[in-house]
Amino acid sequence: MFDMAQAIALTIIAASTPLLLAAIGELVVERSGVLNLGVEGMMIVGAAAGFAGAQLTGSAYAGILFALAAGGVLSMLFALLVLFFATNQVATGLSITLLGIGIAGLLGQGFVGVPGVKLDAIAIPLLSEIPLLGPLLFRHDLLVYLSIALVAGTWYLLARTRLGLTIRAVGDNHASAHAIGYNVLAVRCLAILFGGICAGLAGGYLSLVYTPQWVEGMSAGRGWIAVALVVFAGWRPLRALAGAYLFGAVLILQFHAQAAGVGIPSQFLSALPYIATIVVLVVISASRRSASGAAPACLGQPFVP
Amino acid sequence: MTDERIPLLEAVEVTKRFGSFVANDRVSLRLFGGEVHALLGENGAGKSTLVKCFFGINRPDGGSIRWRGQAVEVASPAKARELGIGMVFQHFSLFDALTVAENIAVALPMSMSVARVAGELAAISARYGLPLKPDAVVADLSAGERQRVEIVRCLMQNPDLIIMDEPTSVLTPQEVEDLFAMLQQLTAEGRAILYISHKLDEVRRLCQRATVLRLGKVVADCDPAQVPKAELARMMVGETVHAARPAGLAQAGEDALVVDRLSLPAASLFGTDLREISFSLPAGRVSAIAGIAGNGQSELFAALSGERPCAPDTAIRLFGRPAGRLGIVERRRMNADFISEDRLGHATAPDLTLGENILVTRAKTDPALLNRGVLVMRRAAAISDRIRKAFDVRTAARDPLARALSGGNLQKYVVGRAVDRDPALLVVNQPTWGVDAGAAAHIRRTLVDLAKNGAAILVISQDLDEIYEIADRIAVLCAGRLSDFHPAAGLTAERIGLMMSGSGGPAAGQVAHHVA
Amino acid sequence: MWLRLERRSGRSAWMALLSPAAAFALTLVTGAVLFLALGKDPVAGLYFFFVEPVTVAWSLEEVLVKMTPLALIAAGLAVCFAASVWNIGAEGQFILGAIAGSFWPVVLPDLQGPLILPLMLLSGILGGALFASLPALFRVRFGANEILTSLMLVYVAELFLDWLVRGPWRNPAGLNFPETRPFHDWASMPVIGADRLNIGFLAALAVCLLLAFALSRTFTGFGLRLSGTAPQAARFAGISRNGTIYLVMALSGGLAGLAGAMEVAGPIGQLRTQISPGYGFTAIIVAFLARLNPAGAILAAFVLSVTFIGGESAQIAIGVSDKITRVFQGILLFYVLTCDVFILHRLRWVRPVRRLAGGS
Repeated sequence: MFDMAQAIALTIIAASTPLLLAAIGELVVERSGVLNLGVEGMMIVGAAAGFAGAQLTGSAYAGILFALAAGGVLSMLFALLVLFFATNQVATGLSITLLGIGIAGLLGQGFVGVPGVKLDAIAIPLLSEIPLLGPLLFRHDLLVYLSIALVAGTWYLLARTRLGLTIRAVGDNHASAHAIGYNVLAVRCLAILFGGICAGLAGGYLSLVYTPQWVEGMSAGRGWIAVALVVFAGWRPLRALAGAYLFGAVLILQFHAQAAGVGIPSQFLSALPYIATIVVLVVISASRRSASGAAPACLGQPFVP
Repeated sequence: MTDERIPLLEAVEVTKRFGSFVANDRVSLRLFGGEVHALLGENGAGKSTLVKCFFGINRPDGGSIRWRGQAVEVASPAKARELGIGMVFQHFSLFDALTVAENIAVALPMSMSVARVAGELAAISARYGLPLKPDAVVADLSAGERQRVEIVRCLMQNPDLIIMDEPTSVLTPQEVEDLFAMLQQLTAEGRAILYISHKLDEVRRLCQRATVLRLGKVVADCDPAQVPKAELARMMVGETVHAARPAGLAQAGEDALVVDRLSLPAASLFGTDLREISFSLPAGRVSAIAGIAGNGQSELFAALSGERPCAPDTAIRLFGRPAGRLGIVERRRMNADFISEDRLGHATAPDLTLGENILVTRAKTDPALLNRGVLVMRRAAAISDRIRKAFDVRTAARDPLARALSGGNLQKYVVGRAVDRDPALLVVNQPTWGVDAGAAAHIRRTLVDLAKNGAAILVISQDLDEIYEIADRIAVLCAGRLSDFHPAAGLTAERIGLMMSGSGGPAAGQVAHHVA
Repeated sequence: MWLRLERRSGRSAWMALLSPAAAFALTLVTGAVLFLALGKDPVAGLYFFFVEPVTVAWSLEEVLVKMTPLALIAAGLAVCFAASVWNIGAEGQFILGAIAGSFWPVVLPDLQGPLILPLMLLSGILGGALFASLPALFRVRFGANEILTSLMLVYVAELFLDWLVRGPWRNPAGLNFPETRPFHDWASMPVIGADRLNIGFLAALAVCLLLAFALSRTFTGFGLRLSGTAPQAARFAGISRNGTIYLVMALSGGLAGLAGAMEVAGPIGQLRTQISPGYGFTAIIVAFLARLNPAGAILAAFVLSVTFIGGESAQIAIGVSDKITRVFQGILLFYVLTCDVFILHRLRWVRPVRRLAGGS
């Protein structure tokens, strides 16, 4: 029974990590006032590049570098358009997603069916030996640890540092931030780069850990769920952690329900995460209408200095 | 007049152009420590442009700036602060979602942490009498408190020169007194204040020197207390401005609008609830509602115009008929019209042309503009042309985008679009906010003329001078409550000031006492 | 010297005309570079991609077949986006329309007659419109972002279709293939071309022109645009934002649903698990390429349709993956967005600050 529960808990962590990575990146981007709807595209390109990189070099760690670089490059393309050319952020994000799906398809076409390279788990000495908790908490791959560290780091950055204060100020009122003397576009560019790298990492996680192979369209809307998670989290890192694990749990339990054959058509169970996203968005949006902690005031607005 | 002291800041023939428009034309001025120096001029005279050059936001196209006798290049606001120049902005440059301490820290060098700022805040607050809570979120503060945050933010950098852009425009008369006391304390410490204003009384009272700007050029440099007020006004404006006089019909007409115990919860989180508002507007009179913005003006306008219909239906009666639940289009059809505060974005769509903007308020009220649901653009363009001519709206092209017009010209267009319909009731929110003197005079005259022809006019305004100039009767809106209307003659500014700050009951006897 | 973006004082009529053409030209240049990078002859690549599809009769007809749903969906999305309502779930509404339309020939195959086809199309419109009303409802009543909800519903629609076709609606005589019974003749669109082109094409053209007129010349259309560009001014004009959201979502969903119903009643002839190569997403590009003008969607849909057919022909002729179609579409949207900036803006060289010290 414990083994079963532990196995489920481990798969939940694995399913949650890509959502968490992408969401935490998007959270920083949105805090700076930019709505990046290209997460899905950056994620899938990260997955393809990560897989290709690992195949070329034989190292999953090199694959991770490829994945984050690919996400970063695509995010800079997004930044060029929405920052320098001040294009519509919704449309630009969509074009990044469409472009990303195309590029990933091109990159990955030679790798369909090729067995992948899996990122090893790193057991933390001593701690991983603790009965029950050890394997659950301290025997993961690098990216799981990194995702948790990113949550803590992002929380500290936003709440405690001047750089974080600057990011929040730029997202709240870009005209004032400009008047005070901040370079609004530079701050946003950095945030977008961070978001792109995180999305790339999330994609790399999919193709190097979660299901170590290349499958067409393997991000399956996770980038979009990550964007929804940011809304769910109310733009707060710790709540994004909770949200990502909640969604990870829904994803996994749905799988287990399918495997157990509960008598509900598998398609309905597969639709569960998407329906859950909608329900959560509706509930959160409805409850936030009258309370504070709303979206950054400049979210989605182009800024021309 | 020569002065042998070395000026703290000296501008030598500073020129700033925007395209072909010369905003500052070889402007020179000298500023000394321990003085309040006024920069006087109408809206659009180039005051803000000039100080933005001093503060490193604008870069001059010619001339030089000297700081303590040395030529300097103020490349950025950071550089300005490094020199010892601080600025308090006219439109607050605060961040609503951040706390007071964060708002201050964000403008300071990167080495200042929020925690340290919170500590130093207490000291400065006590020293200059500027009470502030470091953890309060700025969105929850009043206009006066927000200005305090701006000032503390500026003082935190211990500047030698403080630039203040129209600091009293959002303050009650009592808050103005506090501000002046603090400015005197600052100059006593040897600091210089560059005080931008177009209010002559203030400047004559507070400032030791004044530089007068008109159309981007320096027209005078003087001691404002020594120059007669009329002379200063003439220097600023250039021509004599016709004052509109409150002379409506000899007899007030019937009530065009009756509001009966109107209560309306705020639509947004930071809005103001309207509480039990009752009043009536007689035809042939200009009635005015004074008060600092943010006390329910926008909410009252939305309720009166029908942008936010309200219950019960009888809370608002238009020409005798219950109209609370009617929308803005139905109310316009009853020959009322409305002019919102924000001319660009609310009264007009910025990216539509003037012709298209005619449709915004008139497509549903003017049958000639709609032919079985299809727009008749020719008619709209013709109406737009008529308004441009009748109301002296100056445009570069025949049918430009609304955003291409200057504030004054766009406001004339917006007023013209409503007045052209010859409405029997006109509600105007802030009719001349941020408009140059010539356009403001034109607009006020138009409103008075409309009242003379028998319309009921309601002006919601922050500008007491304006209200005194055109209103027959005055009430004050404070924290969502409206006082009774009083005849304009016999109501002192001091009395209105007390009512604005919520501390003066509108008892008629007391008013009489003040007049006596 | 630095380049900086500046607002123009008005709209540039020149750039408004030039921008789509410039975007297309830039896409061709980038495409040539892309072919080079893939080790293919760029001239041949571009030829097979963009020229060959329109030179051969059968593939030209195929271009028109594929542009039909694109134009129809894009016209609705153009209106939607012009009102600043971001329906990006047209793919799902297309599927729901197809399902609703298929109800009659699949569930009631014995019901035949001339009224069946109109009934199917009407059902398609209704299915798409109702499905699109969900995000509108969530937005209006609860403030939930319609981008995310409409997109999530695409996945739901795809899975629902998958279940239907593999489950209750599977063809009993179909050897277990995941598809419904083929539609009978009364449930098929009348063909007007040599092979697959049907009257849906003409209907799509008519809808585009009609919507273009409505958007630019009627008060309702004016109100939608106003609501999109200046929401406060729209309220001042007495236009309800909520009503606008419902209207444009239902309209765009209805048209996507109609496209779905016409697709299964036309070229496909039955319901399958895959009925769209991503029309609903590609139509987003079409709408932007048309600069949110429903009439422009005709031309833009033609161009994007060519990339679909071109992708296939390039794959056969020079052996590049048809994935390149998506890349081309993404790049095209990119350039369209960039070039459109110059309608309201221009680039200016700004000199670094001149030395002010020393004065004149």
